[in-house]
Amino acid sequence: MKVLVPVKRVIDYNVKVRVKADGSGVDLANVKMSMNPFDEIAVEEAIRLREAGTASEVVVVSIGVKQAQETLRTGLAMGADRAILIVAAEDVHQDIEPLAVAKLLTAVIAEEEPGLVICGKQAIDNDMNATGQMLAALLGWPQATFASKLELGDGRATVTREVDGGLQTIAVKLPAIVTADLRLNEPRYASLPNIMKAKKKPLVEKTPADYGVDVTPRLEIVKTAEPEGRKAGVMVASVDELVAKLKDEAGVL
Amino acid sequence: MAVLLLGEVTDGKLNLDATSKAVAGAQTLGEVTVLCAGASAADAAGEAAKIEGVAKVLCAEDASLGHRLAEATAALIVSLAGDYSHVVAPATTDAKNILPRVAALLDVMVISDVSGVVDADTFERPVYAGNAIQTVKSADPVKVLTLRTASFEAAATGNDAAPVETVAVPEAPGLSEWVEDHVAASDRPELTSAKRVVSGGRGVGSDENFALIEKLADKLGAAVGASRAAVDSGYAPNDWQVGQTGKVVAPELYIAVGISGAIQHLAGMKDSKIIVAINKDEEAPIFQIADYGLAADLFTAVPELTEKL
Ligand SMILES: Cc1cc2nc3c(=O)[nH]c(=O)nc-3n(C[C@H](O)[C@H](O)[C@H](O)COP(=O)(O)OP(=O)(O)OC[C@H]3O[C@@H](n4cnc5c(N)ncnc54)[C@H](O)[C@@H]3O)c2cc1C
Ligand SMILES: Cc1cc2nc3c(=O)[nH]c(=O)nc-3n(C[C@H](O)[C@H](O)[C@H](O)COP(=O)(O)OP(=O)(O)OC[C@H]3O[C@@H](n4cnc5c(N)ncnc54)[C@H](O)[C@@H]3O)c2cc1C
Repeated sequence: MKVLVPVKRVIDYNVKVRVKADGSGVDLANVKMSMNPFDEIAVEEAIRLREAGTASEVVVVSIGVKQAQETLRTGLAMGADRAILIVAAEDVHQDIEPLAVAKLLTAVIAEEEPGLVICGKQAIDNDMNATGQMLAALLGWPQATFASKLELGDGRATVTREVDGGLQTIAVKLPAIVTADLRLNEPRYASLPNIMKAKKKPLVEKTPADYGVDVTPRLEIVKTAEPEGRKAGVMVASVDELVAKLKDEAGVL
Repeated sequence: MAVLLLGEVTDGKLNLDATSKAVAGAQTLGEVTVLCAGASAADAAGEAAKIEGVAKVLCAEDASLGHRLAEATAALIVSLAGDYSHVVAPATTDAKNILPRVAALLDVMVISDVSGVVDADTFERPVYAGNAIQTVKSADPVKVLTLRTASFEAAATGNDAAPVETVAVPEAPGLSEWVEDHVAASDRPELTSAKRVVSGGRGVGSDENFALIEKLADKLGAAVGASRAAVDSGYAPNDWQVGQTGKVVAPELYIAVGISGAIQHLAGMKDSKIIVAINKDEEAPIFQIADYGLAADLFTAVPELTEKL
């Protein structure tokens, strides 16, 4: 069974995000970019399935600017077998909406025919938490989102999901879309030899036109603003002072 | 303009807090019809009918809707969506699972975690872990959105009940089935609606030590939260995680204990009215956003605080 993992190139989670002064967006020029952390978890899960003999091949796919190559190479260095890059944007500031991403992935899936797709639960830039669900809808496949445990067998995936009340376990028919939550696994670091090897693994480049998909956005970004700041308050010297402040000044006790 | 709002129904019961916050958020978008779906949903529908600002309630009962599996619930919503300009829901894990599927089936974009409604087409939402607020305008014929409950005051519950109508349930696609739930019963208030929250981080050090946090919470009648590090380390269950990828809370009082204040954690609590931080490291970033900071060892400060409250 082939496993497909869509991976997104996003601002590194350690970088302090700056909103551009003209309100047109977030400054992404010369900022460290990395693979979306949830997608590292998705890649790790796919590789483990191959190592366990359940999966035969792991294919990573990214949609975005040309530099998303680096993100795909990271996936290959972790252990994915090959990569597909769909160059859909020229400028890093141009993001492709989940609906368009899902349509492109639908076309890739028609060609590749994977038995399982593992996405990240959300991309940490736009925090939309949508692509996997939209992809499942377009394919008419079942979805198992926010996965913290995945087991395959008998043409089904049994998935434990992190939900508001705790955990829910469901079984979905394969092929299916799974989206990875934080506690699905701890992704490995790519070793130097594997980084070298990854340079030789196949990476093909495509464009949305190759798949006949229109990526015109449905949402217009009117503006991007800094959130209202919070000022630091005061340091208290003791528990007694804290209790007094909470009672008398804050009035919350 | 008319709004179809997916009520938050779990095991036949309405989550009144989340649903009435979404009703309040959707108020300016048009007349609100609440959909209550489940294996049994009649009681929930009856309760939703009393939320002020609700014009009508649709009740859909079928075994296939029992555990809010996305495939069946999305198919139901799509069968009803034709009459509405907006399909909305509170931004719970259930709705975040279901609504993007609905949007794709309608060939429209979903707008997740809306924190402000500007007009019928324009919405504000936090991006980059809350480090930026984006205003987006949708050109889609139907807007599908989830509303961040921490951003809206709950609509009141009145005496005049809106009419409840039963709707037909489309045949379930049979793609998925429920196996089991692991839900810890608790007498504590629910995290996202609690007026007070006490959260513990990696500094708490162990599963056993987390009892200190729970004791303080119980003294305050507070819900218990945790940082990702505390959950990953097994000190606290996953549904206690507060942050960018956990729950978003905005209580009157938030006490962060042994939490450093990473942006991913702040994304889930920085709209709290009063923030208290207890951390032994004076330089911890959490102090930069706390109203009251106490640089102290939590193992002495927390028991003392519990006792003196
Ligand atoms: C600077 C900026 C400018 C923008 N401009 C516009 C605009 O002009 N018009 C507009 O309509 N919207 C614009 N957007 C918004 C943006 O298009 C969507 O809001 C965004 O795509 C939301 O989803 P997400 O990327 O968070 O994906 P999620 O749905 O949260 O991602 C979940 C998972 O899907 C997969 N995935 C997602 N994207 C990709 C990808 N590209 N390649 C491979 N896998 C992927 C990954 O597995 C990922 O973990 C802009 C955003 C920014 C930051
Ligand atoms: C994709 C992604 C998503 C994430 N989502 C979330 C999220 O939703 N929520 C979240 O919380 N995090 C999230 N994180 C993790 C986040 O980046 C931090 O790693 C995490 O919040 C740190 O938790 P902490 O503050 O408990 O631990 P630490 O950063 O290790 O801080 C522990 C603190 O405890 C203090 N301490 C230690 N001992 C004592 C003592 N005896 N008395 C008093 N203080 C003490 C220390 O001084 C320190 O400040 C995410 C990260 C990624 C990459």
